[in-house]
Amino acid sequence: MDALLREYLPILIFVGIAVGLSAIMVLASYVIARQNPDSEKLSPYECGFDPFENARGRFDVRYYLVAILFIIFDLEVAFLFPWAVTFGTLGLFGFWSMMVFLGVLTIGFIYEWKKGALEWE
Amino acid sequence: MANLLNNYLLPLIIIVLEILAIVVPLLVAVAYLTYFERKVLAAAQLRKGPNVVGPFGLLQPLADGLKLMMKETVIPSGANRVVFIAAPILTFTLSLIAWAVIPIQAGVVLADINVGILYLFAISSLGVYGIIMAGWSSNSKYAFLGALRSAAQMVSYEVSMGFVIVTVLLCAGSLNLSAIVNSQAGSYGLLNWYWLPLLPMFVVFFISVLAETNRSPFDLPEGESELVAGFFVEYSAMTFALFFLGEYGNMILMSAMTSILFLGGWLSPLPFAPFTWIPGFVWLFAKIAFVLFCFLWVRATFPRFRYDQLMRLGWKVFLPLSLGWLVLTAGVLTAIRTWSGTGG
Repeated sequence: MDALLREYLPILIFVGIAVGLSAIMVLASYVIARQNPDSEKLSPYECGFDPFENARGRFDVRYYLVAILFIIFDLEVAFLFPWAVTFGTLGLFGFWSMMVFLGVLTIGFIYEWKKGALEWE
Repeated sequence: MANLLNNYLLPLIIIVLEILAIVVPLLVAVAYLTYFERKVLAAAQLRKGPNVVGPFGLLQPLADGLKLMMKETVIPSGANRVVFIAAPILTFTLSLIAWAVIPIQAGVVLADINVGILYLFAISSLGVYGIIMAGWSSNSKYAFLGALRSAAQMVSYEVSMGFVIVTVLLCAGSLNLSAIVNSQAGSYGLLNWYWLPLLPMFVVFFISVLAETNRSPFDLPEGESELVAGFFVEYSAMTFALFFLGEYGNMILMSAMTSILFLGGWLSPLPFAPFTWIPGFVWLFAKIAFVLFCFLWVRATFPRFRYDQLMRLGWKVFLPLSLGWLVLTAGVLTAIRTWSGTGG
């Protein structure tokens, strides 16, 4: 086996074992326990009332905003990772180029703050 | 044939045994973390906690597990069955497989990959999927709202967690977890660890971890007083137990991450003779236990946050603070290097 495979093979096997283990746990419980479903038991929980409306209805647009902002900042973090690892050899030029990048993002961040995208009343 | 056996089968068996050596103690630890939590909360409220099942109630987690095993698996009629079952399996799997890269001691790690911290970050990000899948597939209003809240919360705090990790990387200069621990070694022992020079980041990281694992005071995804249990309201029996185990497994994982990034991993706090004789994994476990105790201490002490306060803390306080401290750290490191004439 080559080196890369030897490093990542345990993780692959680990994923297999973990999925298998949790599937077996669910399956074993399903087999062992007595299953006695009825239509009332299988209806969604809504404090004892019959459920009305579809559960997958409309929801607040702010959740979308949070998701979009998350993508921007998480990508930023992803850019920072390789920069941080090689930081010791980059020197002043590497430092200032990342500062310019962060500065641009900070301007965007201030803009969205002023626009009220971060407000939850 | 002997060649095949020696080259492939034997390493495979060793790997499987190593994985079991991680998973089995981990499951025991998760079970006893629930016991520990109940005991700590009881002590904080001047109660006794579980003390009936077995000596000092020590068999309580096993009894709870057995009870959940024997319950009926309810799958709601409106649910998307495949996704509904897959969600807890995914959650539990993710909380297990992250342990593949955690170094227990110097050189003792299942997969010593050179992007260890990136792997951990990726796995903990995937945790959102389990919650979204559970909330959406249940086809229940409470579950859906709980999942939305939980996803937005985890996603918000992940950003500042990312910045904190990058700051640690700036100081350590490696993505490998063993290298990060080794970079904290020094003659001052616990004063060399990153919690002291990066103290604000340590605080931000710890609080973000509380939010990331949906622990109190940020436990409003489950908010039992309004959402009854949040995204897993429709789950029962083992599918519920897997969410439960996954949450506690994540707590232990995040404590291990905190220990490795800020508390020197397996390093001894006092770097001289009688303390350095103690094997490294004992120190690591002691640190994990300490961080876990802080989790429970916080739960016993603080009331729950309101949702707007939670989002404000994440986006308006932690994000600018961690970004600013990142720039400061990079600046200080560059300044030191420029003045000492080794770079620039």
